[in-house]
Amino acid sequence: MSASTGHGVDPQSLVEHALAASMGDDCVVVVRDSTSANLRWANNTLTTNGVMHGVHVSVVSYVEQAGGVCTGSVSGSATTQADVDALVRAADAAARAASPADDANPLVRDRTSPDWSDAPAETGIGVYDRVAPALGEAFGRAGDGGRVLYGFVDHRVTTTYLGSTTGLRLRHVQPTGHFACTGKTADLRTSAWVGTATRDFSDVDPLAFEAELAQRLAWGQRRVDLDAGRYDTILPPTAVADLAIYAYWEAGARDAWDGQSVYSRRPTGTRIGESIARPEVTLRSDPAYPGLECAPFEVVAASSQDSSVFDNGLELGPVEWIRGGELAALRQSRHTAALTGQPVTPSVDNLVLEVDGGAGSVEDLVAGTERGLLLTCLWYIRTVDPQTLLLTGLTRDGVYLVEGGEITGAVNNFRWNESPVDLLRRFSHASATVPSFSREWGDDYFSRTATPALRVPDFNMSSVSPAN
Amino acid sequence: MPEIDPSFTALPYRELGAAALGRAQELGVSHADFRFERIKHQRLVVRDAVLQTAMDADDVGFAVRVIHRGAWGFASGVVLTTDEARRVAESAVAVAEVAAEMTATPVEIAPEPVYADVTWVSSYDVDPFAVSVADKAALLVDWTERLRRGAAVDHATASVGQVLETKYYADSAGTVTTQQRVRVDPEVEAYGAGADTFDSMRTLNYPVGRGWEYLTQQSLHDWDAELEEIPELLAEKLKAPSVEPGRYDLVIHPSNLWLTIHESIGHATELDRALGYEANYAGTSFATYDQLGTLQYGSGVMNVTGDRTVEHGLATIGYDDEGVQTQSWDIVKDGVLVGYQLDRPMGHLKPELNGGRSNGCAYADSPGHIPIQRMANVSLQPAPDGPSTEELISRVEHGLFILGDKSWSIDMQRFNFQFTGQRFYRIRNGELVGQVRDAAYQATTTDFWGAMEAVGGPQTWELGGASNCGKAQPGQVAPVSHGCPTSLFRDIRILNTTQESGR
Repeated sequence: MSASTGHGVDPQSLVEHALAASMGDDCVVVVRDSTSANLRWANNTLTTNGVMHGVHVSVVSYVEQAGGVCTGSVSGSATTQADVDALVRAADAAARAASPADDANPLVRDRTSPDWSDAPAETGIGVYDRVAPALGEAFGRAGDGGRVLYGFVDHRVTTTYLGSTTGLRLRHVQPTGHFACTGKTADLRTSAWVGTATRDFSDVDPLAFEAELAQRLAWGQRRVDLDAGRYDTILPPTAVADLAIYAYWEAGARDAWDGQSVYSRRPTGTRIGESIARPEVTLRSDPAYPGLECAPFEVVAASSQDSSVFDNGLELGPVEWIRGGELAALRQSRHTAALTGQPVTPSVDNLVLEVDGGAGSVEDLVAGTERGLLLTCLWYIRTVDPQTLLLTGLTRDGVYLVEGGEITGAVNNFRWNESPVDLLRRFSHASATVPSFSREWGDDYFSRTATPALRVPDFNMSSVSPAN
Repeated sequence: MPEIDPSFTALPYRELGAAALGRAQELGVSHADFRFERIKHQRLVVRDAVLQTAMDADDVGFAVRVIHRGAWGFASGVVLTTDEARRVAESAVAVAEVAAEMTATPVEIAPEPVYADVTWVSSYDVDPFAVSVADKAALLVDWTERLRRGAAVDHATASVGQVLETKYYADSAGTVTTQQRVRVDPEVEAYGAGADTFDSMRTLNYPVGRGWEYLTQQSLHDWDAELEEIPELLAEKLKAPSVEPGRYDLVIHPSNLWLTIHESIGHATELDRALGYEANYAGTSFATYDQLGTLQYGSGVMNVTGDRTVEHGLATIGYDDEGVQTQSWDIVKDGVLVGYQLDRPMGHLKPELNGGRSNGCAYADSPGHIPIQRMANVSLQPAPDGPSTEELISRVEHGLFILGDKSWSIDMQRFNFQFTGQRFYRIRNGELVGQVRDAAYQATTTDFWGAMEAVGGPQTWELGGASNCGKAQPGQVAPVSHGCPTSLFRDIRILNTTQESGR
């Protein structure tokens, strides 16, 4: 077996060694072998670039003591059996020193992935063999056309091995990648952005993206200054992904149950079963969703508000978070599910928003708009008020004026204040759902999304931003 | 003075560094540097007197960065053998080979004196990793129990992140540094519900470049007093009237103003942003280079420094991740932009700045990431004989006094921002007359700082900060401190966030 750890100790051996070394009553070990390669550019030239390799091991030790089961969680870089021994000793010691865990549940048992014995998958700078020369050509075309490009491509492949003393031997390979590029006119006064997620870069064409940026920058030749106010606004799939991700992250069952989120029913309980969106809306996750495939089992290095180390290895399947406009589920562990009396629905690493009857594209929504705004993407999104999930943020890299069903110019940027939950109740039109890439969260945290474009008749642009 | 962790000095970083730098030089690079780091991190979270999260991480790795054929190459690894160090060096050179084909402007770095095998350790008393988890958890449990005695408190959380960061740096010019620093980031919050609302109230402490003593010494932070008053403050907030939107004079406490400084001055005066190197991600800056020496950033009482040397600062260190000795310098002088934050590539691009040297602002958050131009401790200076907070409040007829940070957002050129806080007190005729809720302030950076009428004296100055400042692609986080006095601003827009949500 080949060993991505670089010196003859394969991940499976690290798992087995750790499980054998633990003095706890039970133990879960997670080894993540991760390789990545990236290119970054600015001002039509490459800037910082790199390849990285990491092997990260998490050990959770479970010790039965008077009053219940205590746990200890320790993680670190580890490539040798001695490294793993140190982590196991620390986890065992932490468990023995801990008080009984209130999220204790029986550990998941006896399941093996068919590819358990396979070596880690890898990536490297070679993933850009076709993309890099095209990028160089795109720099030239942009320069010749009086445009400046800034951007980043990243590809990561993480192979996760989860083993337990209760018979789990689970493996998952997760490729994650994206291409994102900002274009500016030579005077830096007009800006545009394109971005897409990818699993292997076979579907990324830098020259096509350069052409799209050129078209968007051309839209900006006519400038229109608008005041703050409520506008009929078309949010493209990337902007809807930005908002949907936030609505998902805030959907922790524990916070809702404790009365601290937009999903709380006061004085106690959650809003599960309550209508919170238009009846056509479904928000769901599915580890097997084509093109957005993600880990089909739970991996938790340390318990938290929304997840439990006792759930390691739990099978993840399709979950509808909003069904027919009703809140149908919240992100929860077995522990919080027992509190709320709801099914166990842990987080899944993808998110799909669908609208029954949604059809066509962004261009079709534009064609049906008499006067309104078309956004490109959103930025610096933060919670202002958790009880309504009021968010604030900015528009970025292209706000376009739509008149008579056509784009007629570029508008200044805005600060907006809106709640994604409220928007799902107020939107008037939706396109078909397509793979999307959140501008703010897709890069580092959450790239596997599919969303429609939405048209909102009264989107709150709170003030003007002079940024461009 | 603490010493470098002996479990770090036992690691083979010198051999790995020699192997990596030697291999890079064999391959003909014009510059190479090697970084070896160990970052120990522990996070504890207690909710309602129950330890909910206890997570330890201990990450060790190394990185090689080269300039080759005019391009950067970077690679990192975790296998601690000299063979692997040489292989990682070869990978860095291979990346530079790919990059060179698309690099139109050859990379060069500003010169820096050579520092031969120097050591630096931050100032702290108690290594937080020397305190047992049980003792630390017991302290947090006690804090949440104290908060929950308040009638308005439904739930209480207390958490603390702790970091021991040790790093070795060596480069092909001969600089060798070994450094260690410690930081702790405690956070305590109470939650409650009123008739038609729920809200929370957090203590006003900061993450700091100190050891565990920060959580136990009342002289460093008065935890007892804060824990005593938080439930009452939360109860008052839950019953407080909703703010009337409009224009107000603001007296802003350091516990809120540090974050406004971070967003509207700290990031705006990073030269890499001003020159477009962050344009695709974090954004550029309105404070463009052509305005150096002329941009009226704020009023004449505005003096801002960059400083990587202040004791207990989160961005404080002896030498940066490019082997540059750290410094302090002016960024805004009497309201005018006079300086930027630099790393060595930025210093080379603008040799007229700082005598042609970097001012020591390169930092990577882990051995798996490339050093980038990063924020120094950027601080607003007090007036030497300036007023107290009470005096500043007494100058306001119709205003708000703001304490504690909460929500923050600013545009990609650092013009338009919106911030909320933990507590907004109504000021009427120079007196505090109780809290209001649902308030946010919104402004444009130069308008806001231009409206600063007065800064408080040194007695009002506090060193705030954040542990999680984000920048770059791949994304990196960095700790950074910001000091400031209580300050007075005239005629600033206040929003009512409930009205903003359309309710």
